Amino acid sequence: MSDRAMSAPDFDLAVIGSGPAGLAAAALAAGRGLSTVLLDEQPEAGGQIYRAITDTPVRDRRVLGPDYWHGAELLGPLRDSGAAHWPGSTVWSVARPREDRPGDRRLQIGLSRDGAARMLSVRHVLMATGALERPFPIPGWTLPGVLGAGAAQILLKTSGLVPSGRVVLAGTGPLLWLLAWQYLRAGAALDAILDTTPRANWRAALPLLPAFLRSPYLGKGAKLLLEVRRKVKVVDGVTELRAEGEGKLAAVVYRRGDGAEQRIAADTLLLHHGVVPNLNLANATGCAQQWDETQRCWRPTTDSWGATSVEGVSLAGDGAGIGGALAAEQAGRIAALDVLHRLGRIDRAARDRAAVPHREALERALRGRQFLDTLYRPADVFRAPADDTIVCRCEEITAGAVREAVRLGCSGPNQAKSFLRCGMGPCQGRLCGPTVTEVIAAERGVSPAEVGYYRLRPPVKPITLAELAALPKTEADIDAVLKH
Amino acid sequence: MFRRLPDIAGDRVSFTIDGRPAEARSGDSVAAALLANGVAACRNTPVSGAARGPYCMMGVCFDCLVTIDGTGNRQGCQVRVAPGMAVETQDGKREAGR
Amino acid sequence: MAKRMGRSGGARPKDRTTLAGAGKKMRDCPKASGVQDEDPVGRLKRNERDSPRDEQAVEFLGAKTGVGTMTEPKRGGEFDIAVVGGGLVGTAVAWGLARTGAKVAVLDEGDVAVRPSRGNFALVWLQGKGMGMPEYAGWTRASTDSWAGFAEMLLEQTGVDVAFRRPGGFMPVLSQAELETRANAMMRLHNQPEMVRYPYEVLDRAALLKEMPFIGPEVVGGTYCPLDGHCNSLRLLRALHTGLERSGVAYRPNHRVERVEPRDGGFRLTTAAGEIRAGKVVLAAGHDSARLAPMVGLEAPVRPQRGHVIVTEKTAPFLHHPTGYVRQTDEGGVMIGDSFEEAGFDTTLQPGVSSAIAERAIRFFPLLAKLNVVRSWAALRVLSPDGYPIYEQSATAPGAFVVTCHSGVTLAANHALTLAPMIAAGGLSDAFKVFSARRFHVPQAA
Repeated sequence: MSDRAMSAPDFDLAVIGSGPAGLAAAALAAGRGLSTVLLDEQPEAGGQIYRAITDTPVRDRRVLGPDYWHGAELLGPLRDSGAAHWPGSTVWSVARPREDRPGDRRLQIGLSRDGAARMLSVRHVLMATGALERPFPIPGWTLPGVLGAGAAQILLKTSGLVPSGRVVLAGTGPLLWLLAWQYLRAGAALDAILDTTPRANWRAALPLLPAFLRSPYLGKGAKLLLEVRRKVKVVDGVTELRAEGEGKLAAVVYRRGDGAEQRIAADTLLLHHGVVPNLNLANATGCAQQWDETQRCWRPTTDSWGATSVEGVSLAGDGAGIGGALAAEQAGRIAALDVLHRLGRIDRAARDRAAVPHREALERALRGRQFLDTLYRPADVFRAPADDTIVCRCEEITAGAVREAVRLGCSGPNQAKSFLRCGMGPCQGRLCGPTVTEVIAAERGVSPAEVGYYRLRPPVKPITLAELAALPKTEADIDAVLKH
Repeated sequence: MFRRLPDIAGDRVSFTIDGRPAEARSGDSVAAALLANGVAACRNTPVSGAARGPYCMMGVCFDCLVTIDGTGNRQGCQVRVAPGMAVETQDGKREAGR
Repeated sequence: MAKRMGRSGGARPKDRTTLAGAGKKMRDCPKASGVQDEDPVGRLKRNERDSPRDEQAVEFLGAKTGVGTMTEPKRGGEFDIAVVGGGLVGTAVAWGLARTGAKVAVLDEGDVAVRPSRGNFALVWLQGKGMGMPEYAGWTRASTDSWAGFAEMLLEQTGVDVAFRRPGGFMPVLSQAELETRANAMMRLHNQPEMVRYPYEVLDRAALLKEMPFIGPEVVGGTYCPLDGHCNSLRLLRALHTGLERSGVAYRPNHRVERVEPRDGGFRLTTAAGEIRAGKVVLAAGHDSARLAPMVGLEAPVRPQRGHVIVTEKTAPFLHHPTGYVRQTDEGGVMIGDSFEEAGFDTTLQPGVSSAIAERAIRFFPLLAKLNVVRSWAALRVLSPDGYPIYEQSATAPGAFVVTCHSGVTLAANHALTLAPMIAAGGLSDAFKVFSARRFHVPQAA
């Protein structure tokens, strides 16, 4: 490694994640001459939104719809750009330039590919890590047969699988309705949609409606909603929800306000409460993050070019705050232009000039976003659930245990983590972090911004000890372990 | 559970689940292949022994952990099923050396 | 002291304890009286308390509860004692202070702080300790002997099982030369005058294989000490916090202490969240004690030393003894350490260091190779210049104490059951002079 330290970096730019932001960014950067590598964990490009875009077995294009197939348009430019594309690469670490080596500003990426780990040295990292479904903790959400709506959509895109038997969708947010619409197109029957959108959200969202009326989502969204509502039983105003069963899902139980408890026999329950930025890698790299009150989530802090607080690290797309696929694509290009500028390929004026059309397109794509965020904000009771609900799926820690820790003096999730192990399992807080923050905030009566989030560390994805052991090490690294 | 849409592309892939023959499509992840074969629960947790199955299908929840060709705790949703692959459901903690 | 230096081995650890002659020695050991009549360091040294018998330790330390007559709260003091620091050292001391009936406050930082207590390796360890300061071996020995009783008290009070186990610990080695170096070091250690001896053995590969059939081909042997053990240190922290809550201690997070001043016979602590008054103050703030101690005429010249730790996914139990580098937790994860780096307060993980740790662990235990690493971290040891603790009361501001060490887990029992009652009662015994920071002012004697 010491001889490598003096050699040229492997690439100018590594783009991590091949969803819309990553595809667009890598294509632009490589097209303008940066040696670029596009890394992604999945076997094919597309991210989650365009998952399996190159090889979906779903032949009928009407099932997944035109928004999905738009993703295919991003593949050609990537191919033509000359960017290296390494699918099947799991990035587990991004190490900042070392403080003790002021002359060396390169970043080291730890990645695993085909069961072998390696370090990649680059001048800049653009994280396009996208989103994941916001945890929707209800009693019984760990039962087999309960999946995320996003998960079900991935099964459709990658394998042409649709749920059979008795199927219930529950939650709120555009993806829930899109999935229902796709299922209807595919000929799959749904027993019910339990809509948890709080009625009060409409009042809050109404003032934001004018902007939404000019949104590209409006026409498509309204049509889709109407079609689903015409064909599926939709229960509005659901305020309580749980899944029941022994060893697997048997029934979904819900309540509307003061009404009586209702029970639906079910084989599959698909949950959705919107999406939140997938920030583990940025967090573990040391990027500052902030609480987004409108979207009720943490997001890494970025400037208007996607630059983070860490030198040499940018972020684009939903990983920097939820904006959707079209916005991600433009944000990816804008961030790539800034990287070109930072690496000395274009001057500031050229960067600004080139960004103009992308900024306009970004603005169009984000129009009406606030309306959606406000309307589909999940109710408090689902973000900070009742005591008996498991919040940390890995360590099986309940909301009640988190509240108990707060009473012992835990002021934030990191102390709660040491006390309870919540967030210490293999998912590394992805499925409990937002909930633990919300529970602590509610219990303390303060804003989540004050409570904070897990402080994460690499590896952000598990790697085997053998892979770790095979990495290059300096004499100093070895001495630090063996000579004492 | 889950069924395959008619008119679906892809080749048939034969593999085993706990030693029993099963069938999937090329392109399926192991987790998808399990669901397509009616296996919703693929493990019992090492903490309480509760049954779990695939939840996120995108590699973030680690609930679809299975033993694949003898190696424990692999993420079923991140591995593509391959002809002859031996998939085993798990009970509790993984064993060292497996 | 019956220590077997031969390469023999072969006996199971249980037998080895007996072989070491602990049972015999114990009969010579005077039963602890109910009075704190002498200092524990000195007494332990003289008595050579070889017995790992826990009940004896409990009895011995139970005596300390008699010190419960708390000095009158000082004028203007909201609290009898303010403990600065909510890590393992601070909470153990505070827990012990609360048992004496004192009105105690623990002032801590917030959710994100330099917190070695969340990053430690959780060994309750004696083997190899005390070179250059035999009193430290005695002090450590006493704490490891008291640990089972301490864990029992925590369980009774809080319902939290801190998973203390004392199956004996191994230090495996990868070369004959290293084995000799280690054996010689253990011999030199035990040949020190005033050394509190403890049983240990040097084992060859065949002996080690009997205990751990899965050691790698390069492992030539190792040392073994039947008194070594481990616990679940995160649960220890939780148990102590729960205990504090149960005994009415005021735990105040987000109260980083900016200033400590002697005032009106007590102390005024200026914190990020207001002022606190206390009759006494205990600085147990880890690295921050270096800043705070001089404010009350004390010194704590500690520095951070970085150590990387790796932990794997939960695994079925296979490693039944802790080793100095690898141990399996009660929850199943395999914890793998560690490194020694001088890097200031930078806790950025170095992939190369993690890699070196992983490589060594696999050489010891090849069956670890396929396990997934789920977490890793770098924590900062709180090290004094000689690595030993500093326990001292201020000469210029009596009532101010500093308590700092880097073995907050091993010494937790002592801090809670021995040190705290002395602080509550008014001062440290003469035996603690050896732990004064004044030792750093004179050149080390040969």
